[in-house]
Amino acid sequence: MTTERSTSRAAWLFLTPALVLIGVFFVLPVIASLLLSFTDFDIYAVADLRNARIVGVKNYGDLLHAPIFWTALRNTAFFAVVGGTLTMAAALAAALALAARRPFNGFFRTIYFTPFVLTVVAIAIMWRYLYHPRYGLLNYLLGLAGLGPIDFLGDPHWSMPAIIVLAVWRNFGYGMLIFIAGLQAIPAQLYEAAQLDGAGAWARFRHVTLPMLRPTFVFVGVITAIGFFQLFTEPYVLTQGGPLKSTLSVMLYMYEEGFRWWRIGHAAAVAVVFFLIVLFVTWLQLRLQRERTA
Amino acid sequence: MRRLSSLLIYAALVLVALAILMPVLWMVSVSFMPSGSANTYPPPWIPRHPTLVHYRELFTRLEIGRHLINSAIVSVSAAVLSVLVTSMAGYALAKLRFRGRQYLTGLLVAGMVVPAQVAMLPLFLLVKWFGLVNTFGGAIIPLAAPIFGIFLVRQYALSIPDALLDAARVDGASEFRIYRSIVLPAIRPVLITLAIFTFVAAWNDFMWPLIVLNDESRYTLPVALATLSGEHAQDAELMMAGAVLTVLPVLAVFFPLQRYYVQGILAGSVKG
Repeated sequence: MTTERSTSRAAWLFLTPALVLIGVFFVLPVIASLLLSFTDFDIYAVADLRNARIVGVKNYGDLLHAPIFWTALRNTAFFAVVGGTLTMAAALAAALALAARRPFNGFFRTIYFTPFVLTVVAIAIMWRYLYHPRYGLLNYLLGLAGLGPIDFLGDPHWSMPAIIVLAVWRNFGYGMLIFIAGLQAIPAQLYEAAQLDGAGAWARFRHVTLPMLRPTFVFVGVITAIGFFQLFTEPYVLTQGGPLKSTLSVMLYMYEEGFRWWRIGHAAAVAVVFFLIVLFVTWLQLRLQRERTA
Repeated sequence: MRRLSSLLIYAALVLVALAILMPVLWMVSVSFMPSGSANTYPPPWIPRHPTLVHYRELFTRLEIGRHLINSAIVSVSAAVLSVLVTSMAGYALAKLRFRGRQYLTGLLVAGMVVPAQVAMLPLFLLVKWFGLVNTFGGAIIPLAAPIFGIFLVRQYALSIPDALLDAARVDGASEFRIYRSIVLPAIRPVLITLAIFTFVAAWNDFMWPLIVLNDESRYTLPVALATLSGEHAQDAELMMAGAVLTVLPVLAVFFPLQRYYVQGILAGSVKG
């Protein structure tokens, strides 16, 4: 009995550093975010807490009536849906090509995955020069094909697509790795059985690969969507949200409201709305997974 | 027929690999070009007169060495701290019986759903209140106890045989002794994974260091680079040299240890 008590005490001792750090620097701030969103916390309250007042849901009302917030939301949703879909498609294509145990496949996997570990600030700067309207490599290549030049980052129609291309390039390797693991986990007997039944390559892909890959699909989709919704660094470095707010994201808006203008109550409301969106996507994942098992 | 199709696949794979590498190779190439030579048409692929002048300027006039050191301090301490904290917590969750274990595990899972950005505004106020604004401690704090890491360790520690731990207890070893001499060696691979993960995440992190470090001498490399790119937007060659220096340490860690990194990514996906 004494050993049981002592392991229990040891467990709590081992857990204490993690729980204190998570409690103080994560749980507490998350709750505080919710509370702050109901106040008019601003630069004066940063200096003296007594300057903050409770304003109810005013911050949320203001958000609903702020066109710029809707612009940020629309931009971010567009980025997440279009960029996320393209990333998934590229990831699946690369995984299908690289899942087999062929010579050099490990080498290709490493190359395809590498952009994912590179510092976002550095690659954003790198892409800014690739996108240069006069001297950029991309406009040079377009010129060879008789197209362009396009002012990718200066034209509000092209700025978000330009950021999407960068994001697909950087992120597809992550999904690729998980898809490869998913593909390799499909039992070979399923393919053999389908082949015996006379299923061609396309039919096997359609009726064996895709259904078996469904849980992987849901997982990668949700991780990608949530990750893409956090868009911040690329527009911060490349466009500062411009031109004409065409690349303003929800997180960039929150950052500017909170840390440039110190309208912390208002920015906290943005954080809460952002959280609700992430929560909704996660809930969708749980539902889709349950449907599979049902 | 079979040989032809596999040849076509290889050709496609090589083309895609070149397209993926092109921006990176171009960045390296431009960083060695003399000022202004990238701004010509057609854009040059390789430096005709290679020079190290931009790297020299970065290290002398722009004092990028200081930011390299700042980034190294933040990333290495975050990696060490997160390994210490999560190895203890993950082991306790996996192997030690205590009241409320399931409840706590559930709470931590729920915590993983919340993105870090939701906490950022109050976290800044809190860090300010603790007097940690503009300190490396302030920059490290959100990385020190990743919940994801706790579960990574827990998953791995589940495979340690209970008999081994019980035998040590019978021999009179203290719980801390068991953790140090049995558990830590047993979960070493996952700790390497976790250390690389945290190191890379901390090195690449931008939003939080941008918020918490206001004094230029404390900037980590990405923050310094972003600031520099505002002032030197026209100096393509200089900025490319800065970008090369920023990604080089990450690649130096990633390439030799990529097996561990990839295992971490896959472990995270199984749990789903």
